[in-house]
Amino acid sequence: MKDVATLKLDQAVCIGCGRCLEVCPHQVFSLAEKKASIRDRDACMECGACALNCPVKAIAVDAGVGCAEGLINEWLQERKLLKPGGGNCCS
Amino acid sequence: MLGAWKARWGMGRMNYMVPPGLYALGKPTASDPVVVTANYKMSYDIVRRALVGRNIWLLVLETYGINVWCAAGKGTFGTGELVRRVTSSKLAEVVSHRRLLLPILGAPGVSAHEVAQQTGFNVSYAAIRAAELPAYLDNGMVTTPAMRELTFNFYERLVLIPVELVGALKSVAVIGGVFLLLSAILGDPAAGVLVCCAYLGACLAGIVAGPLLLPWLPGRSFALKGAVAGLLWSGLFCQLAGGESRNSLVTAAVFLCLPAVSAFFALNFTGCSPFTSRSGVKKEMRIALPVMGGALLFGLVLLLAASFF
Repeated sequence: MKDVATLKLDQAVCIGCGRCLEVCPHQVFSLAEKKASIRDRDACMECGACALNCPVKAIAVDAGVGCAEGLINEWLQERKLLKPGGGNCCS
Repeated sequence: MLGAWKARWGMGRMNYMVPPGLYALGKPTASDPVVVTANYKMSYDIVRRALVGRNIWLLVLETYGINVWCAAGKGTFGTGELVRRVTSSKLAEVVSHRRLLLPILGAPGVSAHEVAQQTGFNVSYAAIRAAELPAYLDNGMVTTPAMRELTFNFYERLVLIPVELVGALKSVAVIGGVFLLLSAILGDPAAGVLVCCAYLGACLAGIVAGPLLLPWLPGRSFALKGAVAGLLWSGLFCQLAGGESRNSLVTAAVFLCLPAVSAFFALNFTGCSPFTSRSGVKKEMRIALPVMGGALLFGLVLLLAASFF
């Protein structure tokens, strides 16, 4: 979808290690002159790999289970309509 | 092989696992590579098959029988578990090097620098697919752009359909049964059969047609793609069920209810896809679920109204 990704990169903090490029399944990042930048934000699927693997915490993203069933389970658990850990793999 | 086929059809897939720990493929020595994977048997078998004929240490993490990608998202294929396994298997005493080869899709759960800090082992995210491991190992452990490429082609979508079908079976059967029962009570069982067929067709449009035709259906929203598949089915159904004899209220109901059903099932396919983002799915659901609910309700009201004419 266009323009929904919550991905944020703080270039000032970035040390150009390139880990974000290594772990991104959609080539969202590019690296030039020891700094990473976001080259295709709409391709981001918010898996969180980049944020987790950035050694200087330059990246932030709202990651987590992203399937409709998982989100419905989350929503039901928040409203105490479902026990946490109930249901199957997407709970 | 049979186990994998069964898992694809949702049979026993929540119990399809191997014990976690350090496994030896071939006759590995202290200088041979360490590959890390999840204890979902399908993952484990795919990796083993890719590495046949080689000497490799295979470190299997406890992901409770969940595949690498989903387990990484949940955190079970994660930093904590990896550190635990490396420590408990005394890997540092088994191999002389300090390198762990991980699948790229495990990265959402693993913090490479934390693992290095806690175990002294450096993580290399080798490739997306296990099948690329031999090439990776042979080229001096360099990840090429091709190894980094994530695909979701026709065949990859096709193999995900059976498990979705089986998962939906129970609720679809119940709802279908309710239609038949209601129609029998109201004295028109033939209509019940017709409604059932329409309903089943809509389900299949969302569960099967939607995923298969994914890139060719319009829009980025899976719900929209499902709705379009549902609309196509509605058109087909009206043709097959005798176009002219239907009154317009019923036809309108068909074109409202069936796409809503298809859209719902197609929306569920977001869980099988490695392309949909959490924010995107949230946004989709916030819009699509009320629209689907509204369409369904309105359609049912029309059907009810039609039965009085």
